Amino acid sequence: MGATGGLTLVFGLPLAVALFFFALSAYERRMGLATGPGFFQRNGLAVGLYLVLAVGFWVFFVIVLPQFSMVDMSFRPKLPPSQMGGPKDVFTLENYRYFLFGSTTSTASWNWIHLKAFALTIGVSIAITLFNFALCYPIAFHMAQSAGAARLRILLLLMIIPYWVNEILRAFAFRVLLSSGGIINKLLLGAGLVAEPIDFLGADIGLYMGLSYAYLLMMVFPLYSAIESLDRNQIEAARDLGAPWWHIHLFVVMPHAKPGIASGCTLVFMLCAGALAAPLVLAGPRTLWFTPIVYDRFYQAFNWPQGAAYAFILLVTCIVFVLMVLKMFRLSLGEITR
Amino acid sequence: MAAAVELDGVNVTFGDFIAVRDANLTIEAGEFFSFLGPSGCGKTTLLRTISGFIEPTRGTVRIGGADMSGIGPNRRPTALIFQNLALFPMMTVAENIGYGLRVRGVPRHERDEKVKNLLIQVALAEHGHKKVSELSGGQKQRVAIARALAVEPKVLLLDEPLSALDLKLRQHMRAELRAIQKRVGITFIYITHDQGEALTMSDRIAVMNAGVIEQVGNGRSVYAEPRTPFVASFVGENNQIRGRVTAVENGLATLDTPLGALVGRNPVGLSAGEEALLFVRPEALSLVPTGTPNGSTVGFDGEAVDVAYEGSVTHVTLRVRTGQKITATLGGGVLPASGETLHIGFRPQDGLLLARPASR
Amino acid sequence: MKSGPLQRVAFAVYVAIFFLYLLGPLAVMGVSAFNTPQYPQVWPIEGVTLDWFSQLFADEDLMDGLVTSLWIGLLVVAISVPVGLAGAIVMTQIQPRVRSAYYLVVVSPVLTPGIIIGISTVVFWREFTTLTGMKFLYDGIILTVIGQSSFISAYCMLIILARLQRFDQAQQEAALDLGATYPQVFRHILLPFLQPALFSAAVLAFLSSFENYNTTTFAILSDKTLTTVLAGRVRQGSTPAISALAVIIVAATLVGAVAYELWKRRADAAAGRRLRAAQMAEESELAGNAAIEPAAA
Repeated sequence: MGATGGLTLVFGLPLAVALFFFALSAYERRMGLATGPGFFQRNGLAVGLYLVLAVGFWVFFVIVLPQFSMVDMSFRPKLPPSQMGGPKDVFTLENYRYFLFGSTTSTASWNWIHLKAFALTIGVSIAITLFNFALCYPIAFHMAQSAGAARLRILLLLMIIPYWVNEILRAFAFRVLLSSGGIINKLLLGAGLVAEPIDFLGADIGLYMGLSYAYLLMMVFPLYSAIESLDRNQIEAARDLGAPWWHIHLFVVMPHAKPGIASGCTLVFMLCAGALAAPLVLAGPRTLWFTPIVYDRFYQAFNWPQGAAYAFILLVTCIVFVLMVLKMFRLSLGEITR
Repeated sequence: MAAAVELDGVNVTFGDFIAVRDANLTIEAGEFFSFLGPSGCGKTTLLRTISGFIEPTRGTVRIGGADMSGIGPNRRPTALIFQNLALFPMMTVAENIGYGLRVRGVPRHERDEKVKNLLIQVALAEHGHKKVSELSGGQKQRVAIARALAVEPKVLLLDEPLSALDLKLRQHMRAELRAIQKRVGITFIYITHDQGEALTMSDRIAVMNAGVIEQVGNGRSVYAEPRTPFVASFVGENNQIRGRVTAVENGLATLDTPLGALVGRNPVGLSAGEEALLFVRPEALSLVPTGTPNGSTVGFDGEAVDVAYEGSVTHVTLRVRTGQKITATLGGGVLPASGETLHIGFRPQDGLLLARPASR
Repeated sequence: MKSGPLQRVAFAVYVAIFFLYLLGPLAVMGVSAFNTPQYPQVWPIEGVTLDWFSQLFADEDLMDGLVTSLWIGLLVVAISVPVGLAGAIVMTQIQPRVRSAYYLVVVSPVLTPGIIIGISTVVFWREFTTLTGMKFLYDGIILTVIGQSSFISAYCMLIILARLQRFDQAQQEAALDLGATYPQVFRHILLPFLQPALFSAAVLAFLSSFENYNTTTFAILSDKTLTTVLAGRVRQGSTPAISALAVIIVAATLVGAVAYELWKRRADAAAGRRLRAAQMAEESELAGNAAIEPAAA
């Protein structure tokens, strides 16, 4: 980002948007589309200023401009600070080229390690999303539709406790469980089922289980709240009409719970694909996962533009996934972020 | 003494929609004044314009002689009682009543004193410490009234506050509202779609339709002397027959209708050849067997299709030659049988002729 | 649901497996915190000890990280709750034709992976502070607070918005009509109404901040929080001291959850009492008008 260009954007964008809103409200007022007190009249000057400044700071300095500068950086070469904004600081695709070909200049061979890690991350994240959905749907349905009030409270309490244990500790728990001297291997050895301890962690089983485990509740809660709003009489009516249980779930409950299903799936996918703790704690030496690669671009290779490019690739993937889910379920964004 | 509220050419529009059209009205100090009309007629908009939540698109609102343009609701000498009462759930009854004084910076001891008096006035002396959610519907109603009276408004505006109440309680509250108004002596402006409420409580009533104030007068005059077809049909039950004026004499006019020539009063001065509507109240109709002479009335024949006995009165629905249904309310005497053909008569002075609106 | 005995057994087995999966790993880890071996071990129990807890408290890095995490949590609450509140209020007032665009922008952090939020925060603030010469702002704790506030404000906004949509506009108008100024309406009417949501938002904000790792690890720069120190320890090797930390966190959550449950029961009971009082008043009112006759003026 050039010095003057950058600052123009940083202060110009909020100003331009402010002007846009000013013009919009003036226009609506003149056309008689808006009546009643204006924004500052309605909130008072002090509260109005607080609203504008708080939201302005959040939207521009915390959300939009950081994303923008990350994308901007991903299209720039790696330069020492002294040369930033200088003649060498030009638009380039070399960071993306590196992701594909493992070199900033040559396109001779593919960057198999990174590409495989990327594909694996996406594939496994989707698989975990589906697995978690299958595992959580029955319990969410039970909690929402058939559990009594007392049992519901106990179930919710049992779920809230692991919810607030942080990801690293959850991953650590799986390491304790699955390591070669862990309880599972001890049980297997003791029962004579295996002769040698199984290397769960080296085989990535630990990582996949850890990820599924870490985001289990992110699936349960949206499903639960979506199914809860379904009128119990609808299920009774379907049963009276002689619908078999699978039919009721597929054609009565699930269509109603669509926003919750979409919301749970998007969250679990996004969290899996962007997980950093579980791969760090549970990955074996040969494990491929995308986020540690991104991390290493920044804090091992110290190549920030490359890291930014990798992060942007991940971001685009997540956006595409969200859009696909929305399209598949025919939902709007507002319906899944409740 | 200046009038409590004056509306001077008030228009309120939302985009293309005209909610209030050319309202001109003077409401005297100390009056119990009602706006009566169906939902969507603009009466609530007008109330919100008086209280300051809506600025008129054109025209002026004056309260106590002072122009209110540009003065927000929080600086007008009005207090509004909302349809859902809008009591503050996080405050106690006493805090609710004292809120207007609190924001005016009235010192605590003075405020407490005043709240205590108001609580006594509305018979809630024992309930000051309670939360609003602990009260019954009628008690909440009285908290809302006390809260509005606490700020000593010049004008109290009431937006159908009784509509959520049980029927019996509603009738009781009508009397109570009227009594409170007489006692405090300030102007009440009351909004309702219930003509019973408007007729029993009000000194004067403005009947509104489609954004227009059609008629202003006391209960008796809007009921007995409606000036527009809308007022005639909205206030009380009325039978309506279309026709054309053929002759005018002595305040009466003869109307040529599909049911024959009928005579009624002509207060709006219709002249021969004009399209008109004849209105006759159900209670003004008399039913006699066909062929019985009855010199003082004009009328036509109809077949009784429904006889609903209600004790003190009986509602008879009759079908006339054109297929139109006519309702007659009888006080007593011989009740007709369903299927019987009867002569429907009325005295010319009970018939009312009004101009038919151009296109409706 | 009516179901046969076989189905009921199958469902019970499923529920058991579900909770075994959910709680089992934590339980195993919890037991290892009290077992003597150097490496977290559940079986055999070689001796019961509390040494790992004392070792945990003796770990200065971890304790420093804890203090930093608590500070960051408090700062995030101090920023996210007011920002989320403003975001929610603006959502209800913004022109309808730009509302969906605004919604998209402010909700996007919820659906953005945490590492990307961390990365973009660092990238932007490094350049911004360089360009404006405000280098003092390029600080791990400040950046972490900003980065976390990005999505935690959105959580707060969603919580507050849900309650705000149930706000009766007539309440605000009633207060105005009684002479309140706009700031007074905000303080006396809107904030008390939103108070439960603000409280939930604050608790959620603090806990989300406290347990956050993905955004923090990028934004924290050379500083350390509990989670980043923890990640380092876990990578170095397993020690039961980490299990001990998990035990403490689970215990704290449990205490909090039970306290909340008790508080909620009391609140529910109070609401129930008020409702019964209202019903009784209603009945006596309908039974006879004697009770509602106003005292003679």
